[in-house]
Amino acid sequence: MDLTYTDEEEGFRARLREWLGGVLPTLPPKPSPDDWPGRRAYDMGWQRRLYDAGYGEVHWDASPTKRLIFLEETEKAGAPYVGANFVGLLHAGPTIAAEGSPGQRDRWLAPILRGDEVWCQGFSEPDAGSDLAALRTKARREGDEYVISGSKIWTSHAEVADWCELLVRTDPSAPKHRGISWLAMPMDAPGITVRPLRTLAGSTEFAEMFLDDVRVPVGNRVGEENDGWRVTMVTLSFERGTAFVGEVVACRRVLGELAAHAKKTGRWDDAVLRRELGLLSAEFGALWRLTQWNVSEAQATGGVPGVGGSVFKLRYSHARQRLYEAAARVLGGAGALDTDQEWTLDRLSSLSYTIAAGTSQIQRNIVAERILGLPRSSKGGR
Amino acid sequence: MHFQLTEEQRALREGTRELLAGRFGRDALRAAVDADTPAVDRGLWRELGEAGLFSLCLPESEGGVGLGLPDAVVVFEEVGRALVPGPLVATFLAAGEVPGAAAGEAVVTTPYGSLLPWRDDANVVRGDASRARPIASADPLTPLHALPGPAPVPLEATLLYAAEQLGSAGRTLDMAVQHAREREQFGSPIGSFQAVKHLCAEMLVRVEVARAAVYAAAVTADPVEVAAAELLADEAAVQGARDCLQVHGGMGFTWEADVHLHLKRAWVRAELGGSARDAEETLAAAL
Ligand SMILES: Cc1cc2nc3c(=O)[nH]c(=O)nc-3n(C[C@H](O)[C@H](O)[C@H](O)COP(=O)(O)OP(=O)(O)OC[C@H]3O[C@@H](n4cnc5c(N)ncnc54)[C@H](O)[C@@H]3O)c2cc1C
Repeated sequence: MDLTYTDEEEGFRARLREWLGGVLPTLPPKPSPDDWPGRRAYDMGWQRRLYDAGYGEVHWDASPTKRLIFLEETEKAGAPYVGANFVGLLHAGPTIAAEGSPGQRDRWLAPILRGDEVWCQGFSEPDAGSDLAALRTKARREGDEYVISGSKIWTSHAEVADWCELLVRTDPSAPKHRGISWLAMPMDAPGITVRPLRTLAGSTEFAEMFLDDVRVPVGNRVGEENDGWRVTMVTLSFERGTAFVGEVVACRRVLGELAAHAKKTGRWDDAVLRRELGLLSAEFGALWRLTQWNVSEAQATGGVPGVGGSVFKLRYSHARQRLYEAAARVLGGAGALDTDQEWTLDRLSSLSYTIAAGTSQIQRNIVAERILGLPRSSKGGR
Repeated sequence: MHFQLTEEQRALREGTRELLAGRFGRDALRAAVDADTPAVDRGLWRELGEAGLFSLCLPESEGGVGLGLPDAVVVFEEVGRALVPGPLVATFLAAGEVPGAAAGEAVVTTPYGSLLPWRDDANVVRGDASRARPIASADPLTPLHALPGPAPVPLEATLLYAAEQLGSAGRTLDMAVQHAREREQFGSPIGSFQAVKHLCAEMLVRVEVARAAVYAAAVTADPVEVAAAELLADEAAVQGARDCLQVHGGMGFTWEADVHLHLKRAWVRAELGGSARDAEETLAAAL
């Protein structure tokens, strides 16, 4: 068991730190939460700077350890969050890197890394959420095009996306897991209507998407026709396995800020609150160690993260909600109800963590059935 | 960074598990429980000494094995799994200082926190035990004295107790999963019911999080990480035993089932390893 980094890795860390120290003070002011074009420009501008500085390759080509260092240092320094680039960088990109043809890798990966193209995820449907394989959006083949009709829901960043990782049913007569395909759909294709939905935090984080005879070239399919469920599992393993890694570091930073604020305002004298912050520090410290454990394991086996991601995601999503409950107590009564306070908004957003990317109930099913080998229920989800 | 068990550590774990399965399996455990008064099994103690358990971290020049804290943690995890009774942690920490401790010839105890375990069985009591008074121990395999004020708990003791808690949590998880696969109700194994499945899944999550914390603390020996390891391992062991009991239903509430032995020992270790309050304050102070 070893927690030290090689000289080369430490060199990478030092150079990154120095670069961040120079570039972060020069960033433009953050756009307001509902200014979506502004947010897109801001997030992608940040990605472009990373790319130009040579940190593009860190996502798909570097070793998992280097990637870990990258996420740790950028979060520690308070660098911008991936934001609009979340789907492209953290799950569509890795899926294409793992499953796409050389031509597909060439077409889609570089623009993600350069901050040129935003992706969204069109998996969920009004009647297929937890039971994702029950999706009904149809793709009928006409020559070398698919003609797609149906609807998607809860699509994050749909308003500003250029591409959508889309799940469609290409064989309606096959058993439900067998007739699905994974497509890259250009968001400017005729027939796509996006209608923003307002979240409980007041923002328009996600949207409904209506697809009316949308034409997509067959060459945009990643993986074989009707083999999309397997590709989907790869996407979900990235979404659950590695997409939240940086956020654990962010949570540790927030915890430090909460403590500093509590000390300034006298809330630190409340022993119950203080000890809860101590306990949360144990929690996020351990989650970081678990991340290092999982990364070391992945490094040894190579490739796609395993179902261990569900273990991490379960614990992390609840811990993050507890963190913002503690933030509310640090802010105190009125402060905790003031949505001009960033922590109050974060508290509201954190409510989605046990739902998005597969609910906690679904993750528990996965852990119980696929890790512990408990029998599947005769009915019910994965 | 390769934060995984090394080949040697894997071998150490397997070796310890095998030794304990042969020498302190379920029959031996139940025989110990059924004995009129609990006693340290001196034969087993000596065998553990010969296997190097107590001298694991002593330098080779002093007759030890010369290994580090991470190796000790791997071994104590197994000891916790098997529920071996006796003041193992105190004896381990006395190796090299108290004659006979390293070889397993002497049983050494020390007061930690508010408790002194195994006073009457020990050859040597280290620390101040003058005002200790006997209590009727909840754990049938750990005789206890209570102290009027808290005794200090060294960092290594906290860590080794956390390792034992981790082992116990892993064991109760295995017991729960096995029972959930075998026991049938409503014509199906109870493990196919989500209410049961989700209890087991949460047990696994707690074990994995605690394991990362305990192993990392063993590598860094950092007091703040040790405090975190203590909190998470105590949670995994105590809540794991409770959930295991629930999965076993009425059977779980019987003296015959081993579940209560794990729960009671987890409670004792949680006290001996240092108070949760102190650990939380340690972590808060570092923020
Ligand atoms: C902020 C946010 C962003 C999102 N972004 C995207 C996105 O970009 N793209 C996308 O495709 N999707 C996205 N989602 C959708 C998300 O993946 C789904 O909301 C989620 O998988 C749950 O599906 P559902 O909403 O249909 O709820 P349902 O499946 O209807 O679940 C309702 C309740 O029933 C429980 N339940 C359902 N089935 C079972 C079962 N078998 N066992 C036990 N309990 C069960 C659930 O746990 C939940 O408590 C997003 C969601 C949120 C909240």
